[in-house]
Amino acid sequence: MIEFKSVSKLYPDGTRAVDDFSVVIPSRKTTVFVGSSGCGKTTLLRMINRMVDPTDGVIEIDGDDIAKTEPVHLRRGIGYVMQNSGLLPHRRVIDNVATVLFLNKVPKPQAYARANELLDTVGLDRSLAKRYPGELSGGQQQRVGVARGLAANPNILLMDEPFGAVDPIVRVDLQAETMRLQRELDKTIVFVTHDIDEAFLLGDQVLILEKGAKIAQQGTPEEILANPASDFVANFIGADRGKRRLTVDSKVKPRGDDLVLIDAGGYAAGVISAPDGKLATGTASPKSRSISNKTSQAGDA
Amino acid sequence: MNLIIEGFAWIFDPAHWTTSSTSQGISEAFVQHIILTGISLLLTVLIAVPLGFYIGHSGRGRQVAIISSNVARAVPSLGLLTVLILAIPIIPGIPNNYLAYIIVFVLLGIPPMLAGAYAGLESVDRETTDAARAVGMTEWQVLTKVEIPLGASLIVGGLRSTTLQIVATVTIGSFLGQVSLGTFIVDGLEQGDFVKMIGGAILVAALALVLDGILALVQRFVVPRRVSRGSIDTGNTAHGMRLRASTPGTPITEGN
Repeated sequence: MIEFKSVSKLYPDGTRAVDDFSVVIPSRKTTVFVGSSGCGKTTLLRMINRMVDPTDGVIEIDGDDIAKTEPVHLRRGIGYVMQNSGLLPHRRVIDNVATVLFLNKVPKPQAYARANELLDTVGLDRSLAKRYPGELSGGQQQRVGVARGLAANPNILLMDEPFGAVDPIVRVDLQAETMRLQRELDKTIVFVTHDIDEAFLLGDQVLILEKGAKIAQQGTPEEILANPASDFVANFIGADRGKRRLTVDSKVKPRGDDLVLIDAGGYAAGVISAPDGKLATGTASPKSRSISNKTSQAGDA
Repeated sequence: MNLIIEGFAWIFDPAHWTTSSTSQGISEAFVQHIILTGISLLLTVLIAVPLGFYIGHSGRGRQVAIISSNVARAVPSLGLLTVLILAIPIIPGIPNNYLAYIIVFVLLGIPPMLAGAYAGLESVDRETTDAARAVGMTEWQVLTKVEIPLGASLIVGGLRSTTLQIVATVTIGSFLGQVSLGTFIVDGLEQGDFVKMIGGAILVAALALVLDGILALVQRFVVPRRVSRGSIDTGNTAHGMRLRASTPGTPITEGN
C-alpha cells in the first residue's frame, strides 16, 4: 500500500505542481493517474521512487516513510517503466533487462537466467536477447522496458505513459499484456496516462486529476462513467459530448445477431450482441475482459 | 614541389639527426617535442576531463566553462607564451624553464578537452540518464556506465583536438628558445635555409598526423557498438562548445 499524506511540490520558480495531495493506493491493484499535460501526474509518480522529493507531506509505502529510505536503495526495489523505454542504447537487450540485477550484485549466470525468463514473461522471443535496443521496434522496446522494470521482482511497478509513443495497434497489445501481467504477477501498479480509455481499461482505481494534481474524481471506471462528479470530469471522459451514451440505431439494419450502436453525435460507435435481434438479458461479467494470447509472441513489427 | 622533395631528403640525411656544435639534431628535438607534448597532454587531461565531466554531469558552471574556453581560444599562443616565459621565474631543478612552457601548453590545451568532455556528456539523451537513475544507479554509475560510454566519441574527439593543439603550440615554443621540432623552422628562417624549414614543418605535420591517427583508432575502439550509427554520434571531433537549447539539471516535466 502506498499512501500520500498531504503531499505538495513547489518548484523554486513558484510552480505548484502538486498541492496538498492525499490518496491511498491499494496493494495488488492497478491505480491510474489520468489528466491533461501539466496536471502533475508524472510528478506524483516520480515521488514514489524519490525521483522527485515533495516539499511538504509524507509518502509511505506499507507504513514506512520513504523519505527515510536512501533513494538509490528505494529505486532498486521499485520497477519503473517510462514512455520511450529509456533503455541503454549501448547495451544488449539482455543486459538492459538485467541492469537492476547487476546493480544488486546478482551473479552473472543467475542474472542472465532471470533476464531470459523475463523476456518470456513479457512475450519477447529469446532470440532478441543479443540485439541492441535500436534494432527493435517501438513495441518490442517497451516490452524490454517492462521486463527491466520487473527484473528485481518488485512489489510496485511504476508506469509513466509507457504506451504513449507506440502506434494504436501495438498499444492495444501492450495494454492487454499489462493486464495479463497484473493478473499473473499480482503487482501494485501505478500507471500514468493522458488517455482516458486506457485509464478505464487498465485501472481498478482511476484518479482524474486537474491542474496542481487536484483530484477531480476518484473511483472505479464504472463509478466514474455512471456518475461524473463535475463538468470537468464529464468533459474529460467525453460524457458531455455524448460519446459515452450509446443508443441502438434503429435505422441501420441488424447485421446477423448484432445491433449497431450510435453515440449522441450520431456516429457509429460499435455493435452489441443481440441474438435474434433482441438485447440479451442476464448478467454480464464486466471484468472478464478477454485477452488474446495471440500477442504473447512479439508479433508487433 | 622541389622544395618539399628536398625537405624529405633533408630529413632522411643521417647527418641531420645528431646534434653538433653548429646545428640541432632531429633526434633530440623529436624527443623534446614528445616529452613536452606528453607531459602537457597528461596535465591537460587531468585538469580538463574531471572538470568537463563535472559540468556535463551536473549542468553547473556551463556558462563559466564556455566563456573561459572561448577567452582562452582567443588568446594568441605566441603572445601568451612570451608573456609567461618572461613572467615565470626559472625554478632551480627544472631544466630549460620547462615549467613556464608547460603552463602555457596546458592553458591552451584545456579548452578543446574541456569542450569535448562536457559536450560528450551533454550529448547523451536526458531520458536515458533519467531512466538509469530511476532504475537505481548511483550518480557515479550514471556517469561511468551511461554518460561516458555514450559520450565517448565526443570525449575522444576533444582529446584529438587537444593533442593537435599542444603539438602545434610546442612548435611555436621554439620561437622563444625551447628545443622542439619547431627549432628547425626557426633556425631555417634565421639562416635563410628553406629546406630545413620545410623539413621541420614536415616533421611536425607527420607527428601530428601519427598521433591523430592513433587517437582515431582509440576513438573507434572506445565508442560502443551501435551507438556510432545512432543519433548519439554527432561527428568525430568536438570543435567548439555546442550550445544546446535544453538545460541539464532542470526537472523533467510531464511526458506526453
